[in-house]
Amino acid sequence: MDLHVPKNFKLTIIVSIILLIACIVASLAFGARVVSFQDILDGLTGKNEDSFGANIVRKRLSRTVFSLLCGAALGVSGALMQAITRNPLADPSILGVNTGASLFVVCGLAFFNISTANQYIWFALLGAALTAAFVFGIGSMGRGGATPIKLVLAGAATTAALSSLVTAILIPNSYAMDQFRFWQVGSVGSGTWNSITTFLPFLAIGILIAFISAPALNALALGDDVATGLGVRPGFLRLGGAIGGVVLCGAATALAGPIGFIGLMSTHVMRLILGPDVRFVIPMSAITGAIILTFSDVIGRLIASPGELEVGVVTAFIGAPILIILAKKSKVRSL
Amino acid sequence: MKNQFGEINFIMTGIRKRRRRWIQVTSLLFVLTCILCCAMLLLGNTIYPIQEVIRSLSGERIAGVTFAVNTIRLPRMLAGLFAGFAFGVAGYIFQTMLRNPLANPNVLGITSGSSAAAVLCITMFHTSNAVVSFASVIAGLITVVFMYLLSRGKSFSIGRLILIGIGIQAILDAVISYLLLIGSQQDIPAALRWLNGSLNGSKIEELPPLIITVIIFTPIVLLLGKQLNILELGEQMASSLGVSTDKTRVLLIVSSVFMIAIATATTGPIAFVSFLAGPIANRLVGAGFSNILPAGLVGASLVLVADLVGQFAFVYRFPVGVITGLLGAPYLILLLIRMNRKGEL
Repeated sequence: MDLHVPKNFKLTIIVSIILLIACIVASLAFGARVVSFQDILDGLTGKNEDSFGANIVRKRLSRTVFSLLCGAALGVSGALMQAITRNPLADPSILGVNTGASLFVVCGLAFFNISTANQYIWFALLGAALTAAFVFGIGSMGRGGATPIKLVLAGAATTAALSSLVTAILIPNSYAMDQFRFWQVGSVGSGTWNSITTFLPFLAIGILIAFISAPALNALALGDDVATGLGVRPGFLRLGGAIGGVVLCGAATALAGPIGFIGLMSTHVMRLILGPDVRFVIPMSAITGAIILTFSDVIGRLIASPGELEVGVVTAFIGAPILIILAKKSKVRSL
Repeated sequence: MKNQFGEINFIMTGIRKRRRRWIQVTSLLFVLTCILCCAMLLLGNTIYPIQEVIRSLSGERIAGVTFAVNTIRLPRMLAGLFAGFAFGVAGYIFQTMLRNPLANPNVLGITSGSSAAAVLCITMFHTSNAVVSFASVIAGLITVVFMYLLSRGKSFSIGRLILIGIGIQAILDAVISYLLLIGSQQDIPAALRWLNGSLNGSKIEELPPLIITVIIFTPIVLLLGKQLNILELGEQMASSLGVSTDKTRVLLIVSSVFMIAIATATTGPIAFVSFLAGPIANRLVGAGFSNILPAGLVGASLVLVADLVGQFAFVYRFPVGVITGLLGAPYLILLLIRMNRKGEL
């Protein structure tokens, strides 16, 4: 397959890079205290160490980098899940994968006394993987395989079931409850350089898998039979793509708490602009995901100032209408 | 000729048999609900003798007993009883009208709409109970209208309706989280009440709106019950049998929304009761008659049992919504698996 570059590609890249920079600046500038542009420059270049504003900017820098990386991970994860299920509504939060990761982190907090980000990640990955398998299992039963509606319903039911379990485990356990609230409310605000270094290997693995599998995923979009004819093994490809998607969203959830709808939004925006080619949709979803998450984080800081609103609440508020619009469109059958 | 009579006879025996079963099951459920109500009054940290409980309920002041029974246990029991009944009835009506067990007020976002309005009134404006109830009814109705407008289109599909409901629920839950956060009411009990539903801290002065609503709307929906059963046969069939489909439907929806909204404003959205009550009632009674009353009784029993379990079965006390959630969620997954296998979605 030769690379046919979509005609809006250059413009899209330019616009998204401008937006990305705007989001980064906003994320550094806004919060309980708004800092000046001079402070941002000082903070980034390390000049003027004593200035209060520059110190704030340095604190916000780790948070900003963390939210960019998380957003990218969630964006790619959503794009991968949509491609392997050939389902426009697939997203880690809608499929319940986030809640599965939460449940396992909560179990770890309550029963195994885990306390560091390194430990959270492994529990979250296991939870995300098991939930993804469970939801795909239920959603693809019966005639017609995994239709969007069946998958979303299976995800919603699983989310409901798992969140009852989460509450039931948390209520008697005040230690776990405190940790969990900190973890969940902390959101990207808990992003430190430490958590970023923990996150990076997982992000790298996930993105590597996404890039390697992208050409084959294009073939998969033509249907399993055609894909097999083109020399792609659908089962193997789906397994690989699922591992990539789960690693990305599991690691992001472990460090930032459950954040929904990023994958759904970024992938759809990009498919709308660039067309269906997965090789373009995946990298651009990473950038869009980073933009949306950072933007939502800034919004969360502004509307609840001087406190802050969990970024997951903001993304649900922006993303759920998109789910509704997609549901309204008649072509919810499959990709 | 003889053959025809035989057939009519056969049908009549069937109807009589089903009617007998309906009466039996409904009376049994009624007795069960009464037993559970008594248990709610009698059980607690201290178990008082039954005479003392009765005396204290009839107005006598007995040190200790009066406070425990009249101030704590009675409101809790009444809230559970009436809210459970309302959830059960409303859930059954929606499930029957849309001919799909998944289509209950929870999934359609109505419960979240009412919750959001109640949380808004309580945390932001500190309004009186009457205003809270009123606002939650209005919000419930608005959610219904909104759902109707969104799901209307060339081809109505239940799957699309449910998808839109999931989206609306996500938005409203985000609103609730936001309100709880900025309302400085972020203490855990309040949050749990509005996210899971709980009978903890029910007060007698909060109950009149709920009780009055249930008393007013139960007869209305029971009277419409027969027409609901005809609606279940499909729109065309219903019109040709002389049921004015639109009027019946609007009346039924408005009544259910009133019940569900006020119950939600009182106890919070107790998970899965509106979803479980209908199918359980149908399984117990069988089809053929309107199962509104049995569904309400099942709903009330579910809430009361779950609350008793939550209070006494474990070392720690769980709010009722967590218990109904743990019961209901596996059933929801089983139902999905069954529907997928049959290809109903």
